[in-house]
Amino acid sequence: MSARAIPDRPVRQAWHAEAVLRLALIAFYAAFLTLFVLYPMLQVFTRSLQDGQGRFVGAANYVRYFATPAIASSITNSLAVATGTTLLTVVLAFVYAYALTRSTMPLPGLFRLVIMLPIFAPSLVQGIAFIYVFGNNGLLTRWTGFNVGIYGFKGIVAAETFYALPHAVLILVAALTAADARLYDAASALGASRVKTFVTVTLPGVKYGVMSACFVVFTLVITDFGVPKVIGGKYSVMATEIYNQVIGQQNFTMGATVSVVLLIPAALAVVIDRLVQRRQYALLTASSVPLRPARNRGRDLGLFVYCTLVAGGIAAIYLVILASSLVTRWPYDFTPTTKHYRFDTVGGYTAVWNSIEAAALAAVIGTVLAFAGAYLVEKCRTAASGPLYVLSVLPVSVPGMVLGLAYIFTFNAPGSPLNALYGTLAILVLSHLVHYFTVPFLTATAALKQMDAEFENVSASLGVPFYRTFWRVTVPLALPQIVALSLYFFLNAMVTLSAAVFLVAPGTELAAVAVLLMDDAGDTAQAAAMSVLIIAIGFAVRLLYALLMRGVTRRTQAWTVATR
Amino acid sequence: MRRLWSLAVVLVVLGAAPAWAKDVVIVYTALENEQIADYKKAYDKALPNLDVKILRLSTGDIAARFMAEKDNMQADVIWGVAATNILIFKNAGLLEPYAPKGLDRVQPLFRDKANPPSWVGIDIYMSAFCFNTEVAKKHTLPAPASWADLTKPVYKGHVVMPNPASSGTGYLSVVSILQRLGEAKGWEYLDALHKNIAEYTKSGSKPCKDAASGERGIGVSFEYVAAKAKKEGAPIQMVLPSEGSGYDMEANALTRKGKSSAAAKQFLDWAITNEAMALYSKYFAAVAVPGFPVPEGLPKDISKVVFPNDFDWSAKNRDRVLAEWTKRYAK
Repeated sequence: MSARAIPDRPVRQAWHAEAVLRLALIAFYAAFLTLFVLYPMLQVFTRSLQDGQGRFVGAANYVRYFATPAIASSITNSLAVATGTTLLTVVLAFVYAYALTRSTMPLPGLFRLVIMLPIFAPSLVQGIAFIYVFGNNGLLTRWTGFNVGIYGFKGIVAAETFYALPHAVLILVAALTAADARLYDAASALGASRVKTFVTVTLPGVKYGVMSACFVVFTLVITDFGVPKVIGGKYSVMATEIYNQVIGQQNFTMGATVSVVLLIPAALAVVIDRLVQRRQYALLTASSVPLRPARNRGRDLGLFVYCTLVAGGIAAIYLVILASSLVTRWPYDFTPTTKHYRFDTVGGYTAVWNSIEAAALAAVIGTVLAFAGAYLVEKCRTAASGPLYVLSVLPVSVPGMVLGLAYIFTFNAPGSPLNALYGTLAILVLSHLVHYFTVPFLTATAALKQMDAEFENVSASLGVPFYRTFWRVTVPLALPQIVALSLYFFLNAMVTLSAAVFLVAPGTELAAVAVLLMDDAGDTAQAAAMSVLIIAIGFAVRLLYALLMRGVTRRTQAWTVATR
Repeated sequence: MRRLWSLAVVLVVLGAAPAWAKDVVIVYTALENEQIADYKKAYDKALPNLDVKILRLSTGDIAARFMAEKDNMQADVIWGVAATNILIFKNAGLLEPYAPKGLDRVQPLFRDKANPPSWVGIDIYMSAFCFNTEVAKKHTLPAPASWADLTKPVYKGHVVMPNPASSGTGYLSVVSILQRLGEAKGWEYLDALHKNIAEYTKSGSKPCKDAASGERGIGVSFEYVAAKAKKEGAPIQMVLPSEGSGYDMEANALTRKGKSSAAAKQFLDWAITNEAMALYSKYFAAVAVPGFPVPEGLPKDISKVVFPNDFDWSAKNRDRVLAEWTKRYAK
């Protein structure tokens, strides 16, 4: 059914006004993406082809970059760290996720909770904790007298592993949950051994999940600079190299050059991941039987011990951070004190409020944009839909530091009207929401795809304008996803460092950046205290979300229960 | 949803409110955080009509940021940044000469010779080693007494020093070595020192704080952090190298930004008042106006312990020295 089926004039005129509105909204969304995604990225690329004075120099910067052995070694270092961490993390996460989904071990809820802890903290917190425990004068080093030599490759890989674990576990739990019990019944009926079943049934079922986890971890690690900054010692990686070139020496052309090089592995990982996802077939069909793990004493005990070790390690990290923020002088004087919470850095508690404000705004505006954007792309099919989709998923392949640098180029160019944004909280909000735009956009798209196009068709034929359908039908149906998106924006905005570190200005200090600067200045206890606050705020908001979600689900999702 | 929006609006208004009520002065500084907290109490009281917004980064970082923003200048005031860097700003034409009230009290050494001056100094700080006696016992390290001692093989992996590209302390240490030994010998010395260095840190205070926490044995830093860590009970011994410490002066200047310059001048006037000097003198061995007491644990007469710094040389050769240093040691 289409609008043409409606004969009378007034309705058609309304439809015209509606079409104009629709086009205006699409134009607005396109302008947003062009100005804050496409244009800044082009700026980075052009800058990498210019010298310090803005003259075109072709590939000269790249030649210089690869010809400087000290700088070029950061590429191999980055690849080594990212590959090592990916292997370690995915193996550890696989066993953990397996235990959560395929065993009957006790306390799975607690294990699920603890593994998520690193999501609530900036990455460098892991690094600080490792120094407190394994550093030259760390607790364990003092106690055992054995120094593992944590600074450098070892320390980075260890800390990054803990940082990336929750992301890998989330993906693998999802993959391992989608299992059809009939396959396992068949395997056992055919007399396959447990090992054989694992190799021929379990592994093939989760291979896309494993690949996805690999790519996510690889991208996270290669673009992270918090951990190598804190625990890298003299070992330099690409992300810290950009930081040093730009923040240290304000060498923007070299920063842009390293950025473009860093873009390659990160973008490749994303592209391959998308290709792999496309080949993902539906494992679960209407006739699937959910797999219920059988009790197996030995296996469950083994997995329980394993999970206790991993979760214990993570809990230990955060206990160490909490403890070190509350004692006078780690590890010499354990007298309790709250003095490290009296931040003497510029901004002090303003940084905390700024962070909350920026994260809240990013959550609200980002959710509106991502959901409305997905709606415009998915439900208002125009010639622009394809390009808009590409621009909307582009941010995921842009490392945060590259985005931050791109924003400096865009919003601090001489004579540009966009300069008004430079040095404001607004630019931080924008960088947060663009940096984390893709996942909410794709989630919203998926949610919209599940909704029958019939809603729009019926509304149109009844003369109901699309925005009313959107507001009265689409939004309420997708409300749980919408609330989840805002949580995603908020939590990420609270902990992200990479883009923000280039954009904070006097008056717009952020908590996560403060942690970095405090650690830079050697005020590690204050850095730990600030981290504790960030984690506490994240937890509080997560709790609020759980309560809100219960209300939202009751009010808008009654129909899902009724139909089941 | 509507409630969320109004919450967001309220947050924005709350965040912006103080900015409307007062004159905003944007100040770029490299002074230490813990000092700024102290000064802030004083200037907030003395200058109630100003909203002073501060960006604090290490010397090299704040200087680089200021230079990078020269076409869209953000800072109204430079406060407590190394004279070496300020000379570079002056030569690039980024500063507006201004004679703050009370300039006549400032010792001649502490000001730009031109009239009105482009910059006015406030304090002098110098390099010092922090030596952790507990770490020393564990690894049987003798106490170092000189720059020369730091290259001894026994200290391998125990020494941290600041990166001269980002840290003012790092740069003054490097230039004092180059000026004292001459360039050829100077770089030879730094090559030897590099073999013992565990890490080059971003800020000048971190090496001492790492030594104070026992994470490292020796931190090349500056005198005040050393004295402070010791006073707070860290097992630290402060060593002023026998060849003479490197030193630099920290100074203030008005930028060419132009806007809100009345407020900026008001801040600069405050920054050399006796009240401000009395506060600076809690942290530095020497301040611009004579007659203030020297903090406990610091040398009474710094002219006896420093190696004279040729500021013009330090400023003129900064880019070249840092490029050479980065080529040799930054990996």
